[in-house]
Amino acid sequence: MSIFLNENSKVIVQGMTGSEGSKHTQRMLASGTAIVGGVNPRKAGTSVDFDGATVPVFGGVAEAMKETGADVSVIFVPPPFAKAAVIEAVDAGIGLAVVITEGIPVHDSTFFWAHAQGSATRIIGPNCPGLISPGRSNAGIIPANITKQGKIGLVSKSGTLTYQMMYELRDIGFSTAVGIGGDPVIGTTHIDCLQAFQDDPETEAIVMIGEIGGDAEERAADFVKANVTKPVVGYVAGFTAPEGKTMGHAGAIVSGSSGTAQAKKEALEAAGVRVGKTPSETAKLMREIVGA
Amino acid sequence: MDLFEYQARDLLASHGVPVLPGGVAETPEEAEAIAREISAPVVVKAQVKVGGRGKAGGVKLADNPEDARARAQDILGLDIKGHITHKVMVAQASDIAEEYYFSYLLDRSNRTFLAMASKEGGMEIEQLAVERPEALARIAIDASKGVDEAKAAEIVDAANFPAEVRDQVVAIAVQLWEVFTQEDATLVEINPLAKAPDGTVLALDAKVTLDENASFRQPEHAALEDSGAADPLEAAAKEKDLNYVKLEGEVGIIGNGAGLVMSTLDVVAYAGEEFGGVKPANFLDIGGGASAEVMGNGLHIILSDPAVKSVFVNVFGGITSCDAVANGIVSALHHLGDEATKPLVVRLDGNNVEEGRRILAEANHPLVTVVDTMDGAARRAAELAAA
Repeated sequence: MSIFLNENSKVIVQGMTGSEGSKHTQRMLASGTAIVGGVNPRKAGTSVDFDGATVPVFGGVAEAMKETGADVSVIFVPPPFAKAAVIEAVDAGIGLAVVITEGIPVHDSTFFWAHAQGSATRIIGPNCPGLISPGRSNAGIIPANITKQGKIGLVSKSGTLTYQMMYELRDIGFSTAVGIGGDPVIGTTHIDCLQAFQDDPETEAIVMIGEIGGDAEERAADFVKANVTKPVVGYVAGFTAPEGKTMGHAGAIVSGSSGTAQAKKEALEAAGVRVGKTPSETAKLMREIVGA
Repeated sequence: MDLFEYQARDLLASHGVPVLPGGVAETPEEAEAIAREISAPVVVKAQVKVGGRGKAGGVKLADNPEDARARAQDILGLDIKGHITHKVMVAQASDIAEEYYFSYLLDRSNRTFLAMASKEGGMEIEQLAVERPEALARIAIDASKGVDEAKAAEIVDAANFPAEVRDQVVAIAVQLWEVFTQEDATLVEINPLAKAPDGTVLALDAKVTLDENASFRQPEHAALEDSGAADPLEAAAKEKDLNYVKLEGEVGIIGNGAGLVMSTLDVVAYAGEEFGGVKPANFLDIGGGASAEVMGNGLHIILSDPAVKSVFVNVFGGITSCDAVANGIVSALHHLGDEATKPLVVRLDGNNVEEGRRILAEANHPLVTVVDTMDGAARRAAELAAA
């Protein structure tokens, strides 16, 4: 098992014909993902060849789902059109919409999140690397050749820290690694992933990576304390970030006394999560737990 | 992006929100001219993006234009919590009968927008929220529905605004929502929202934060940027589209991905504790792809920072494999030539790492040290900066 994404997932790509979209569609295909279509209203009826794999282009998400049985959409559509793309995916009833696009205005992401409430769609992102269930399927831009299928579940706000942690623990492997993104408003949270990993029989232990800004880590700590019986190790980035400066991610900003790395670390430790001082130390803590 | 008060006031006025007459001045003469035009007592207010300016002597009343000139003279150049005052706003002074509070903001935790309103304005709202939480109404707003007159009335009634101003505040609440959405703001805060002795409700002071992600559809927002305040290195980095933040330290940092770079700063600061408190000199994220050109631009910015004593290049080869990153570093150093004068510690990990390390070893650049682990490399970079 894995969470949100498995070997049966049928994936379409919104924005497949753009430069980022086509580069990463190629990579997803190379890692064994079942890419069943792309969406672009202006190129409907054509197809794109990716090293011998021919992927049809549909005019809309609903049509692509009807023709292919797709249940996952990965969205690379540029910021001005991303809101409409996500709404289209939600209205078509797709099960999972993975929004890779960086730089979406927060009024747009807040709108499409509100629009998706009560719908069939789980949104991951925006501004995220997507998710991978190694050896099964890869929906997004996480490099597939870092590690293999295994028993660790990973949830992270940061892309490269996800890759780093997967690399440190590559011999043990991962059930699923989810990059939830660093924007102020995101569709799937640490808590959603913790719940799913808790319910996934294949996942034996969980790594949770957070960073400054907001209170998602504090809330996740409360959730772990009340609901998670599997071991969790944590890492928080941004101890040295000054107040009021945005550190790369739109959501990574310390305002006043809230959102500091120290507060997040303390909350996690109070919930029984062992928190590493560096990524390597965090990986070591995980090794002690899984005995490898 | 946080706006100055005068910019926020102009933005509110452009959406029909009632404000007092006034203008912004950079010299005492300009302040006098604005006061003369208003031809009534004025208040001269320092334009700084920090709270507590009243206590710091940054807000003064003036009875006539000559007095306004003198007060502007006092306030211009004033250092308020490290912010130097370059501009003052001169606005008609108003007697205040009552002070209220109203804001719209992004509620990250609940992924909605939030309206906050109180009939007890004027004081710091954080203080009110702690001391008398029952006096501050908080109403969630569904982003897909927004604020119409009925929703505005719900907010205003929840805050128990006095009956005689209710309709005025409801109308203002609808206008402020227009500002919030049409300008892509993440905060619109009016404190105080004041009732003048004649019963008119006015926005007397405002804080507005705009979402920089929306710049593609808000072209006029670029003019609101305070270019004078940016650190020269930050300004140069911005021109090259680099994600750079200047910090107060000695170890220059380049990495790929915001999370990894933040983590790199922390690891360097821990390592620096051993070497007399050496700290990271900057945040610089060259992006997940880490191309050679961007690496070159990044090194150029960091090496032009006189505070930098050593540089730590920390890259995880994911989307771009380590051999490409290594080639990027070698070619960037080649292009920089004599400009590269400070020791570089490079840590590469991830895809094709052996080949990446081999390329760096073969180039054998005298300034470059390759260290295999992030913690070890941070230690070496801190040691070099302290030497």
